Amino acid sequence: MAEPLLQIRNLKKSFGALRATNDVSIDLRPGEVHALIGPNGAGKSTLMHLISGFLKPDAGEILFDGQDITGIDMPGRARLGLGRTFQISSLAPDFSALRNVMLAVQARQGSSFRFIRPVRSDPSLIEPAMAALERTGLGARAQIPAAELSHGERRQLEIAIALALGAKAFLFDEPMAGMGPESSKTLTTFLDRLRREAPVLLIEHDMDAVFALADRISVLVYGSVIATGTVEEIRRNADVRSAYLGDMP
Amino acid sequence: MSRELLLNTVLALLLLALPFGAFALDEPFYIDLATRMVVLGLAATGLNLALGVGGLVSFGHAAFFGVGGYVAGVMATHAFNAEPIFAAPFTLSATDLMPVIWIAAMGLAALVALPIGAISLRTSGVYFIMITLAFAQMVYYFAISWPAYGGEDGLALSVRNALPGFDTADSLTFFLICYAMLMAGLAAFTILRNSRFGTALEAARQNEIRLAAVGVAPFRVRRAAFVLSAALTGLAGALYAELNKFVSPSMLSWHMSGILIVLVILGGVGRLFGPVAGAMLYVFLEFVLGGLTERWQLFLGLILLGVVLFARGGLVGLLAGKPRHG
Ligand SMILES: Nc1ncnc2c1ncn2[C@@H]1O[C@H](COP(=O)(O)OP(=O)(O)OP(=O)(O)O)[C@@H](O)[C@H]1O
Ligand SMILES: [Mg+2]
Repeated sequence: MAEPLLQIRNLKKSFGALRATNDVSIDLRPGEVHALIGPNGAGKSTLMHLISGFLKPDAGEILFDGQDITGIDMPGRARLGLGRTFQISSLAPDFSALRNVMLAVQARQGSSFRFIRPVRSDPSLIEPAMAALERTGLGARAQIPAAELSHGERRQLEIAIALALGAKAFLFDEPMAGMGPESSKTLTTFLDRLRREAPVLLIEHDMDAVFALADRISVLVYGSVIATGTVEEIRRNADVRSAYLGDMP
Repeated sequence: MSRELLLNTVLALLLLALPFGAFALDEPFYIDLATRMVVLGLAATGLNLALGVGGLVSFGHAAFFGVGGYVAGVMATHAFNAEPIFAAPFTLSATDLMPVIWIAAMGLAALVALPIGAISLRTSGVYFIMITLAFAQMVYYFAISWPAYGGEDGLALSVRNALPGFDTADSLTFFLICYAMLMAGLAAFTILRNSRFGTALEAARQNEIRLAAVGVAPFRVRRAAFVLSAALTGLAGALYAELNKFVSPSMLSWHMSGILIVLVILGGVGRLFGPVAGAMLYVFLEFVLGGLTERWQLFLGLILLGVVLFARGGLVGLLAGKPRHG
C-alpha cells in the first residue's frame, strides 16, 4: 500500500471542557477520497482547522509529505500544498471570482511582493485563474464579485482557488452544502476525477455523494474516530449504525 | 471615461488652477494655501495606502509626517551653517538639495515605521489604533526633549532648500514642485494598488483568513504597506516644513494624526483622490470658517458627522459613486 501523504497522529484539541478533537489518528493516501462523516458538532470542521493550521492542536502531530508540519502556520502549510475550503465560504468579497483565483495564482508563484506590474493585464495570472474557474464551471461568472455569487457558486469558487494553488492534498469541508441536486451531481463527478490529481479529505453530509465517492470513510463522534473503513465496512459497522447511520435507509 | 476619473481630473485641474488665480489676483498668500492643500493631500495619500487599501487605522502617522519635517529642518539648518549633521563615527555632511532631502525623509520615516509597524501590527482594531498613537506620542516627546533642534519651540528654516533650476523661494514655483510630488505620490499609490502586492494588501483587508489560506502571511504584507505608507507621509512632511519654513513638535502630535485620518474619511477612504478632495475641503473650511470663528473645528466636526452618517464614501463617493473592483 502506498505511503500516506497526510498522517494525523493522536491529535487533541479542547475548547474549555469540550473535547472537540479527542485523540484522533487518521491518514490520507495518494489517489483516494477519504470521507469524514459524523453528526453535527462531532468535530469534523475542527479537525480540518487543525490540519490546515487555522487552529493549533493541544497535542499530537501532523505529518505531510514526509514532513512534520505541526509547528507550521496556515500560510506555510498552504505553501507546502494543503488546499482547503471552508464550511462557511471565506472569500475576498469585493474581488471578482477571477481576482479571488488570481490571488491564489500569485500566492502559488510566491510573487505577492511585486510592486509594479498591474495584475489586471497579466496573462501569467489571468490564464491559470481562468482555467481553474472553467474547471469548476464558473467560467461565465469570472467577473462577478464574490459577494454577489450564490452559496453554491462560492463553494465552487473555493474549490477553484484550491485548484489554482496546485494543492497536493485537498481538504473540503461540506462542498455540496447549499447546492442543488444538479450541481451536487456535477461536483460528485468532478471530485471523482480530482482524486487522480491529489487525494481529497472530504467532510460531507450528503450520504449519496459520500458512498459514491469515498475509498474510505472515517466516522467521527464526540471528537473521536469510532471507525475507519471502506464503504461496505462502514455500512455494516454496528457502532456506526447506532451512532450515526441508524436513521438512514 | 468613468465618473471617478472625470472627478479626479476636475479636482487635479482645479487644484492646479488655484495658485494661478491667486497669482493673477496678486494674492500670494492664497498660493501658499493651495500648496497647503497639496502637501496635506500627499500626507493623507500616504495614510490612504495603509488605511484605505490595507484597512489599517493608524493613529500615529504624525510621527512619519514629523520625521520628514525634521529631516528637512535639520538638513536646512546644518547646510545653512555649513556644519556636518554629525562628525563621529563618520562625517555625514548636510545638503540643501531637495531631492536628497526627500529621499532621506522617506528613508527615515520608513526606518521609524519598521519597528512601529512590526509591533503594532501584531494587534488589530482598537488596540492597533492605540498602540500607533502611543508610538507617535513617544516620538513627539522625544522631539520636545531634544534641545539641539529647538525642543518645544521648534526649528525655523532660514531659507528653503534648493532644487537646481528652480527658485524655491518663489511661492508659485514651490507650489508646482509640491504639485509634481503629489502627482508622483498618486501615481505610486495607483501602481502599488494595482500590483500583486496591492492585491494581497486588499485581500488582507477584506478577509485575512482567505489570504492566509492561499499561503500569504497577512502580517508581512501589512508591515510592508505600513512602511511604504509612512515613507509617502514622510515625504509630505519634508515639503510641509519647507512650506512653513518651520518645523515643530506640533507636526508630530496626535492632532496631526487625527487630521490625516479626517482628510481620508472626508474625501473617501481608499479612493485615489479621496485624500486630495479631503485636503482641499479641509483647508478651504479652515480658511473660510477659521476667519469667522476660532471654533471652526466645531463645524468641521459637524461635516465629518454628516459624512460618516450619510456619505460613507466621503466626497469622492458622493460625487463618483461606489468604487469599482476588478
Ligand atoms: N472556536 C470554538 N470555540 C468553542 N467551541 C467550539 C469552537 N469551534 C467549535 N466548537 C465546538 O466544538 C464542537 C465541534 O465543532 P465542529 O465545528 O468541529 O463540528 P462539526 O463536526 O464540523 O459540525 P457540523 O457538522 O455542524 O459542521 C462543537 O460542539 C462546537 O460548538
Ligand atoms: Mg463543520
